[in-house]
Amino acid sequence: MPEGDPKITKGPEADVGYPLTPLGYPSRILGPGETYDTVTERISSIVLRHPPLKLWWVGFAIAFSMLMMFLFAVTWLLYRGIGIWGVNIPVAWGFAIVNFVWWIGIGHAGTFISAILLLVLQKWRTSINRLTEAMTLFAVACAGMFPLLHLGRPWLFYWLLPYPDTMGLWPQFRSPLVWDVFAVSTYFTVSLIFWYVGLLPDLATVRDRAQTWRKKFIYGVLAMGWRGSARHWQRHQSAYLLLAGLATPLVLSVHSVVSLDFSVAIVPGWHSTIFPPYFVAGAIYSGFAMVLNIVIPLRRIYKLESYITLRHLNNMANVMLATGMMVAYGYLMEAFMAWFSGDIYEQYMMVNRAFGPYGWAFWALMLTNVLIPQALWSRRVRTTPILLFLVAFSVNVGMWLERFVIVITSLARDYVPSIWRMYYPTRWDWMTFFGTIGLFLTLLLLFIRFLPMISMSEVRELVTEHEEVEP
Amino acid sequence: MKTPAASAPLDLAAIRARLAGARGQEYWRSLDEVAQTKEFQEMLQREFPANASEWTDDVSRRNFLKLMGASLALAGVTSCTRQPIQKIVPYVQQPEEIVLGKPLFFATAMPFNGFATGLLVRSNEGHPTKIEGNPEHPASLGATSVFQQAAILNLYDPDRSQAVLEAGEVSTWGLFLGALNGGLEEQRAKRGAGLRILTETITSPTLAAQLQALLKKFPAAKWHQYQPVNRDNAHDGARMAFGEVVEAQHDFDKVKVILSLDSDFLFAHPEGLRYTRQFTNGRRVSHDRTEMNRLYQVESSPTITGSMADHRLPLNAGAVEGFARTLAQQLGGGAQAQAGGDVQARWISAVARDLQRNRGASIVIAGEQQPPVVHALAHQMNDQLGNVGKTVGYTASAEAQPVNQIQSLRELVREMDSGAVDMLVMLGGNPVYNAPADFQFAERLAKVKLRIHLSAYQDETSAYCHWHIAESNFLEAWSDVRAFDGTTSIIQPLIAPLYDTRTAHELIDVLMQQPGRSSYDIVRDYWLARKVWPDFEPSWRKALHDGLIAGSALPSRAVQLKMAGGLPPASAGPVGAQGERLEVCFRPDPAVWDGRFANNGWLQETSKPFSKITWDSAAQVSVPLAERLQLANGDVVQLRFRGRTLRMPVWITPGQAENSILLPLGYGRTRAGHVGNDTGFDTYLLRESEALWFAPGLEISKTGEQYKLASTQQSHNVQGRGLVRDGTLAQFRANPEFIHANEEAPKPNNTLYNPGEYKSPDYAWGMVIDLNTCIGCNACVVACQSENNIPVVGKSEVARGRDMLWIRIDQYFRGGAENPKVTNQPVPCMHCENAPCELVCPVEATLHDHEGLNLQVYNRCVGTRYCSNNCPYKVRRFNFFAYGYADGKAASLKPMRNPDVTVRWRGVMEKCTYCLQRISAARIESKKQGRRIRDGEVVTACAQACPAEAIIFGDTSDAGSRVAKLKAEPLNFGMLGELNTRPRTTYLAKLLNPNPDLEAQA
Repeated sequence: MPEGDPKITKGPEADVGYPLTPLGYPSRILGPGETYDTVTERISSIVLRHPPLKLWWVGFAIAFSMLMMFLFAVTWLLYRGIGIWGVNIPVAWGFAIVNFVWWIGIGHAGTFISAILLLVLQKWRTSINRLTEAMTLFAVACAGMFPLLHLGRPWLFYWLLPYPDTMGLWPQFRSPLVWDVFAVSTYFTVSLIFWYVGLLPDLATVRDRAQTWRKKFIYGVLAMGWRGSARHWQRHQSAYLLLAGLATPLVLSVHSVVSLDFSVAIVPGWHSTIFPPYFVAGAIYSGFAMVLNIVIPLRRIYKLESYITLRHLNNMANVMLATGMMVAYGYLMEAFMAWFSGDIYEQYMMVNRAFGPYGWAFWALMLTNVLIPQALWSRRVRTTPILLFLVAFSVNVGMWLERFVIVITSLARDYVPSIWRMYYPTRWDWMTFFGTIGLFLTLLLLFIRFLPMISMSEVRELVTEHEEVEP
Repeated sequence: MKTPAASAPLDLAAIRARLAGARGQEYWRSLDEVAQTKEFQEMLQREFPANASEWTDDVSRRNFLKLMGASLALAGVTSCTRQPIQKIVPYVQQPEEIVLGKPLFFATAMPFNGFATGLLVRSNEGHPTKIEGNPEHPASLGATSVFQQAAILNLYDPDRSQAVLEAGEVSTWGLFLGALNGGLEEQRAKRGAGLRILTETITSPTLAAQLQALLKKFPAAKWHQYQPVNRDNAHDGARMAFGEVVEAQHDFDKVKVILSLDSDFLFAHPEGLRYTRQFTNGRRVSHDRTEMNRLYQVESSPTITGSMADHRLPLNAGAVEGFARTLAQQLGGGAQAQAGGDVQARWISAVARDLQRNRGASIVIAGEQQPPVVHALAHQMNDQLGNVGKTVGYTASAEAQPVNQIQSLRELVREMDSGAVDMLVMLGGNPVYNAPADFQFAERLAKVKLRIHLSAYQDETSAYCHWHIAESNFLEAWSDVRAFDGTTSIIQPLIAPLYDTRTAHELIDVLMQQPGRSSYDIVRDYWLARKVWPDFEPSWRKALHDGLIAGSALPSRAVQLKMAGGLPPASAGPVGAQGERLEVCFRPDPAVWDGRFANNGWLQETSKPFSKITWDSAAQVSVPLAERLQLANGDVVQLRFRGRTLRMPVWITPGQAENSILLPLGYGRTRAGHVGNDTGFDTYLLRESEALWFAPGLEISKTGEQYKLASTQQSHNVQGRGLVRDGTLAQFRANPEFIHANEEAPKPNNTLYNPGEYKSPDYAWGMVIDLNTCIGCNACVVACQSENNIPVVGKSEVARGRDMLWIRIDQYFRGGAENPKVTNQPVPCMHCENAPCELVCPVEATLHDHEGLNLQVYNRCVGTRYCSNNCPYKVRRFNFFAYGYADGKAASLKPMRNPDVTVRWRGVMEKCTYCLQRISAARIESKKQGRRIRDGEVVTACAQACPAEAIIFGDTSDAGSRVAKLKAEPLNFGMLGELNTRPRTTYLAKLLNPNPDLEAQA
């Protein structure tokens, strides 16, 4: 990107002096003065020496407490039964499904960044792909738990898997829930492999720089004998590219399949052909919001401003703006189709969404997911980390509300008015939800602590390219 | 002998307070613990029978510890459902007639309010499991009401009294006899001057004869009768009209026009089941029968009968008399209507004309809670209209001694107060709870020296008695009883008494100082002595087999109107002018009646018509009154009536007369048992002997508090959806297809997948529910619960929206909130041919068979609940907790279960199966005989119970079957047919037959 004269003059210290394009957009994807050595030193030191340890411990204590709360809630759930949650008839799916869809959606940004942006040669992805891939894994892990826990008899979850049993029974392949099993498990597997393959060279770097024999041993085992030979690199690169190619369709397919859980059903408010694209857009939307919510504090705490630059933030904000508009279009089309279809059930569903007992959720959704993100049109918001953080947070809340509106409001009032009933979450619902946030944060903090959160090998590539441009 | 009189009431109260926490066999073992330790209370709490217990999701410290333990062995505890190891000993000598796995049916009868309903009770391996109506019995005709359906739960109720108690302590029958004999010796000297017997309404010939013998032995003793819902008004009305007590026997079969003066004759009348059958027969409309009767209902609060009315006039209960008087005047050619404003005047003249057009084919019927004058006026109008001898006949009362029960009780109370009563024997009843408040029964009872109470529960009255004798259930003891029309049945038991219990017969025998005879001997000896049959043994056996004694119905009786020409005098006092003054009304509750079923979980969980409240009672207020007082559902109000006050929540009831407030009886019991204690509010506290049913002068004020009521239906507005369809008879005559006018149902077999899936040699099970005859009485709901082992979940679970009932009755209101038209719609599973639930189940736990049954495979279900989400009718029910299995803790409930139906475990979806077990039984039988299942051979539990025969089940592939013929009727429609679910359960639309005169003005 061509650089001009202007530079950032206000804002956090680390960002001052950051170059802008003639039009005033952030230009660099790597801070000035970065060399192979600085990159390796800065990133591997977090793993090996871990500078702000006290802050990490505070964060970990909070996250781990939430995780314990989760374990408590789940144990009680398995002991007593699904009745401890607020689900009922007709609202037989409650927070569990809302949270499942929300977490799965969050995962999407990681795959989008690492796979699709890799294939379309977006170099800026390199400094955030590792982190977002990890986020994907952890989010999918959180997501994957809900469909199991929400079963009436969770210990029989394996009946959803196609395995040969003595009775010759198979899952019912017409059910979207079976598709879900395949979609989510494939997604998790591919994401895990992709992430691990990308980690290999960096694990080797950490192994080489480790001081204690224990670290050497553990990272050595994890590095699987990586020596950085040309043959290694050649094979690694083609494997990585192939995996990217495999992961790319998953970005579209996983959330499409998840959306089919709703589209296939005949519930007004679910039965809609717009769901697959609109869910995918929503997933990427919420995923980028989550990435921003994680990355903005991290770059500050670990002083990674020269790797995760304003350019990254700006680019991610742009993706959010685009996908956010798609999601808004989806809302509009749902309302339009309800009117246009002439179907009284659809029409009532729309009226009920906005003005029924759960109307507050709908308007909160409009505010957090449609109105507030319009601030992203402003370059100042996109390049001011704190403002961007707030907008991204609003989107995360909004996307959760979106799933709440879809799942709960639609079920609470469908075809037969005599059995319209309200759903009220119990404290166990909330504990499980916040508990998975605890699990997510715990895993994330452990990841930051023990694995290089930025891909050193790829950033070193960037350094080379930069040096070629401006030696 | 102990002297019971020595124990002061204070002690009793203390014991009572302590015992309130204890139950069954535990308490005497550890009475101290009951009083002292919290842990013991907690243990009791947990030991509740599941059917009785309510789920709470609080985590106590104790549970937390358990949980931590459980979490260590998590995989272990949750991986399987372990069945308890039980040793089975086969019969060494198989009893005759018993084939294991094949139920037997026995005819018997259930006394309810004194009158009999003939029953056939199913017995599986020696224990009764299901109650059905006896088709031969005139008061049943094969149908049952909610009360008969639920009665079986009372037999197995773990809270039932199980022993003789002396002052609350377990004693023995022998000790009781000792105590009794002391008292009796004393009385013998006084010729029984201090002996009083208090019973409820008695129709049992044997018991009546025993009582007469007792009174002969103790000539100065007296027999009093009281039950809170009695026929005093009807009897006094007959006395006023004819000078003697007669009962009107109505015949609704050929009736064209019916005027009901505040009478809930389809439900609350002793002959309700037969009346319902006859009334609904007169409303069945088809392509070749376009005649219907017409019902005018004048009532203060909506009733089951009122929901069937073609014209309904909400009127204060006190204003009904004025209405009836004016109408009677008009019918007698008297002056035109003057009372009661425009609407009423128009009504009266229209009704008068309509009645006169149908002389000899009409009925005027008055409600039991209306004063005698209204009954007299009804008799007079029937006479004027020439109905007597055609639609209305008269017989003597089937009661053994039809006295005025309030007078009877008043007399007893007065004598108790004066100290004239030394010994009071109460055969059943619960007067401490349900006697009028002004009688102060409990206080006066304390003045009696020896108080003996025979009762199935240790109830409020037992707590005030020296001796409590546990009473046998009608399913475990011999007796006899008469129906309203006099038909006599021998009550034969199906099982030996479960506990050490006695019957009233045995207790009276003991009072006669002739112990030793069993109930069987007593009843049999009586009938032997009656010499009604020339050849006793075969006739006795036939009576037992048939469930009734042929020809025992009371002969009809010619009566002369004593008020010839003139009208009966108006009731004394201002019985309630229409005005701003609020009127209080009492009625038995449609679920727990007068309180006697308060401990019955099935009935508690039955949602009451209109409000759909379960587990509670609320004061019913009208819509305008609620607006005026700014009341919302669940607002707690302070009610003040003649100096007595009561706080209870309100429920706004569309159709309630504006200034009338209905207080349902039967709730707020303190010693009903674990299920019934602390449910609802005790309205007997406001009920006075002078205002037994209604009176003006109620004051109401808002308290600002809120009370949570668990209602199962929040929206009664059908939202313009074609879920229920209705119209008028005139519309139907003009265009029989009128209900299909805006239908968008796709054509059958318009599918890519499997057109013509159901081929002809197979059965195609289907059901038709006639909305035009469904009265919404809930009998089908409880019948289903009993047949299919459906658990009770408790108030808090119902409030969460987790009721488990497989069939529900939806009620939709149409028209103004002041007086809406009501449509009742029973909703079981639709058994869609194209079922949305099936394709979304990931494990194929729900699927349909080749006969079109939508099946649920419990073993395969993992509980994703996706099927329920995708069911547009929301008829699927989910075991959020192990509702059904928690019963295991109450051993006595186990033998009640239908052994042919699986008890579902936690986490499993369930729903209506069309009583699959009954289809299977019929299939086995037909295969053995090498034929197809005949039409009518399979009757589902709901259809069998229905007094209106509104539910018809059968094979739709057989064009000659009743169900196929009904499905071909023009009024047949499928609910949500436009979704192409192709439901196998369809409905016949509801028709009204309004009077054109009234219609035009409205």
